[in-house]
Formats: sequence, structure tokens, C-alpha cells
Amino acid sequence: MTDFLQQIVEGLGAGAIYASLALALVLIYQFTGIVNFAQGELAMFATYIAWQFVNGGMPFWLALVLTLAISFLGGMVIERVIIRPVEGAPELTVVIVTVGLFIFVNATAGWIWTFLIKDFPNPFPRGALEAGGVSVAYSTLGVLAVVMAVMGLLYLLFQYTKIGLGMRAVATNPDSARLVGIRVGWTLALGWGLAAMVGAVSGVLVAPLLFLEPNMMGGVLIYAFAAATLGGFDSPVGAVVGGLIVGVAETLAGAYIGFIGSDLKIGVPLAVILGVLLLRPQGLFGRAAVERA
Amino acid sequence: MSERSEHMSAAAAGGSGGSPPQKEHSMSERSEHMSAAAAGEPSDAFLVVEDLHAGYGAVRVLEGISLSVGEGEICAILGPNGAGKTTLLRALSGVVKGRGSVRLDGIALSGRSPDAVARLGVAHVPEGRGTFMPLTVEENLRLGAFARRDRAAVQADLERVYGHFPVLKRRLKQAAGSLSGGEQQMLAIGRALMLRPRLMLLDEPSLGLAPMVTRELFGIVQSINREERTTVVVVEQNAHLALDIADQAHVLETGRIVLSGSAADIRADEQVAQSYLGYRI
Repeated sequence: MTDFLQQIVEGLGAGAIYASLALALVLIYQFTGIVNFAQGELAMFATYIAWQFVNGGMPFWLALVLTLAISFLGGMVIERVIIRPVEGAPELTVVIVTVGLFIFVNATAGWIWTFLIKDFPNPFPRGALEAGGVSVAYSTLGVLAVVMAVMGLLYLLFQYTKIGLGMRAVATNPDSARLVGIRVGWTLALGWGLAAMVGAVSGVLVAPLLFLEPNMMGGVLIYAFAAATLGGFDSPVGAVVGGLIVGVAETLAGAYIGFIGSDLKIGVPLAVILGVLLLRPQGLFGRAAVERA
Repeated sequence: MSERSEHMSAAAAGGSGGSPPQKEHSMSERSEHMSAAAAGEPSDAFLVVEDLHAGYGAVRVLEGISLSVGEGEICAILGPNGAGKTTLLRALSGVVKGRGSVRLDGIALSGRSPDAVARLGVAHVPEGRGTFMPLTVEENLRLGAFARRDRAAVQADLERVYGHFPVLKRRLKQAAGSLSGGEQQMLAIGRALMLRPRLMLLDEPSLGLAPMVTRELFGIVQSINREERTTVVVVEQNAHLALDIADQAHVLETGRIVLSGSAADIRADEQVAQSYLGYRI
């Protein structure tokens, strides 16, 4: 039993990371209807920037704040320069553009920092909290706390600020948002900036657990897709809940289903995606799109 | 029926022939006289539209619209389906790019984006009401005031809107999508009021509503106009109702104004009523 609880705790830790990247995916999807395949690579790039700062002797948390600010601006610039020209283009066009962005960012990171793996410092203290035979690593608690904090801040932003209200208006009815005087273009850029920032958090959190290298987010992105699909692509809360569920499911499957082990764990998110699309395409928290004939 | 359609196609043919400045002369003398009366002195008119052309891609919809509306007036735009009434409103608010000049109190609106036009005090209630469905009624109303900077006054204006539409106050925290059609139209007009608009553009407020609800709605629009001196341009298929509250009216057909005059004159003209408005008085 304690072993089972232990697995769940590990799963939640991993799930929190998937959740933050899924949150980034969902933010962009809500505003622009675009599934950003480059989200993981942007997070990876941000993590390299943080690594560069820390390597230069900067304290970790200051480096994180700077990295988030840079990510925010970077996300806005990407929207204005790369996404804006294909706004309103067929979905396939937009998908290909984000896939192109994926390759570009990945290659650029390799070009600047090489493909050799790097150590990324763990910002949380070593050791673990022991409770009833279950040990919870401080780093797991830290990851969960950071993701919950990001969630909370986003909630406050969307629910209690004028700009947040404007962003929700743009997400639900951009034409009408324009008519009440909202600068829709800038709001979309703001959405990309926020998403890049949230994604960067996931990169910085996952890097100490894996190693820092240009392809580190590939796997995480797949889990994040599963999380967003499970939670519903239009629901930020769903993204977080979906992330935690996927994390736990993956860990449990790896531990208790003999043939899966650690090698086939990547099959879990794919099974989740397939299952959700077959049984409940709108996800757990998503709205089913209903159109009147 | 055949007589009516013949008459209409004759007017349309007369309207579409020749260069734009001549088109008005193809109308009967009487309507020419009326349009001169409605135009007044353009210099002190509040909203002045001159030779406005607009369309979608290669499709031309408006072919040279000129009209003016005095401050505090209600102007009705009437005409059959496809005449370009909605496009006219869209061109005024910048949703559709047009050629020609649109000036509000001397400030050029033409060439500006819809959000910029809104910030100049033009509230456009679009066809379909533009409701932010998943947001609450209160949030919808607050969005109406998005372009304003005076936060303190917004709260007072919420109360003012509830004064006009008491039903909205009872549904404050409800998702706007759960309102009935009539309530959503009230919400849309309330949202427009939150801007403290200098000019309000209403697109088919009666669409899909029961006659009783429509009548109530038009009554409220009229009282808003009287109490707050808000200038209103209203596009309507229900000519009868629109003429009841309007000061002046223009009849559109295939992208041109074929008739202008005071609302009373247009109502009184039986032939006009039959040919353009599709009913007998």
C-alpha cells in the first residue's frame, strides 16, 4: 500500500510538469484555435537561457524571473512576426508553421549550445518529507507548489483584472471584442507571451530531473498533449487535472503492468489520447462544440 | 405581386445605371425633394457619410451612400434583404473597409479599425448581438466599458443600464448564453450603453424576437435616445416599428439610397410603403 502511495506521489510530481506545458498549449489554443507544436521547444530554449544565466553565476530564482520575462517577450514577438501572417489560414497551414518553428528552435538551440547534455541545477533542497512510510521529495513538493502558484496567478489574472476579462472576451468572440474597443491583435500576442512563460516554467522544472539537451521536451510534449486532450483543450483547469492524471497513470502503469516497465511508458499518453478521442472528444472539462443546423 | 416586383426592378435598374452622382435624379421628383430635406445642412450634422463604397472582396455592396444624421437623432435604415443595410453599419464601424468619407462630429472614422472606432465612442451592436456567451451578464456589460478609462463611473453606469433593463440585474451572475433571445438583445444594447456612446449602431434588433418583446425593446431605445441624447442609427426590416421611433429614414436598395425623408413622410407615402417596405398602411 505504501508502495502504491509512493507511486502516486511520484506520478503527481511528473504530472505537475506535464500540467504546466499542457496549460501553455491550452492557453494558445483558447485564444487562437492553434495547437502549438513548438510549445515544448520554446520551453527548452527558455531553459537554456536560464542555464546560461545560472552558469554565469546568477542566483537561480533571479535567473528564473529573467527567463520568464524573456519568454514572455519572445512569445509575443513570435505571435506578431510568425503567426500573424498565417492568422485565419487553413488549419494545416498553421500546424505546419508551428512544426517549422519546432524544427527551427530545436536546431537553433543545438547550434548555440550543442547537443551535448548539460547539468541543470535543482532549485529545491535535497531530501524528502517522510510521512507514513511514503517519502515525498522536496523537489516534487516544489514542482507541485510552483505549478499550483502559476495556476493561481493565471486564475487571478483572468478572473479579476480588466486585461484578463478582455482576454477571455477575445477567446470567446473576437469580432465582438473588437467592437467594444479591445485591440484583438495585441491581446493574441499577450496570450502567446503568457503561454511561452508558462511553458518555460515546465522546462525549468523538468530540466533537473532529466538532463538539459535540445530534445529533452519531446517526450514531455507528448504527455502534455495527452493531458490537454484528457482535460479538454479549451479548459485550463482541465489541463492541470489532465496532467496530474496522466502523470499518475504513467507511473502506475510503469510500476504495476509487467510488460510496460519504463520502456513502454510513452505508450500510456498515446492510449489516453486515443481513448479520450473515442469516448469523450471534448475531454473531461471541455465544452462540446454544438452548432445549430 | 408581379406589379410590385416590376416596380422594384425598375427602380433598381434606374439606380444602377449611370455614374453615382446621377443616381438620385433617376428617382421621382418627390423623393428627391425629400432627400434634400433630410440632408439638412451637412455642416452641422453629427454623422456625415459621403459617397461611401464598400464590399467583400470583388463583391460590391454599397455603391455610393451619402447621408447625414443630426446629433441626438434616430435614423432608420430600411430596405429589403441584401440591400446592404448591415454592410453600411459595418462600414461605419470599420468592420468592413470602405471608400468614401465617414465623419463623426468632424472626426474621420473611415480607415480606422473597429476597435479604434469604438474608442471614439461608436457602439456597434452587430447582427446576432455579439454576446460573449460563456461570460456572465455583468462581465458582458463591463466589456462594453472596456474602451473607457473612468473606472469609478463604470459602476454608476451599470446601475443606469439596470435602470433601463431591470431583467439584466436579476441575471447578473448568469452566463450570458443562457439568456433568452430578447434578454440577449437587451444585454447587447446595455453593453453598447456602457461605452457612453456618442453614436449607437443597431443591426436588426428585432431579429428572432416576438413582436411584444420587439416593441418593448424599441421603446427602450427611444427612451435612451431621449434621456441621454444618444444618436442612433438603426437598421431594421420591421419598417413599421423603426419608423415609429425614428426622426428620419433612408430606404436602401441594392447598395444605394433610393429614398430619404423624415420618418413621418415616409410612413405617409403609401406607394413607398408598398414598393420598398413591403406592407400596406
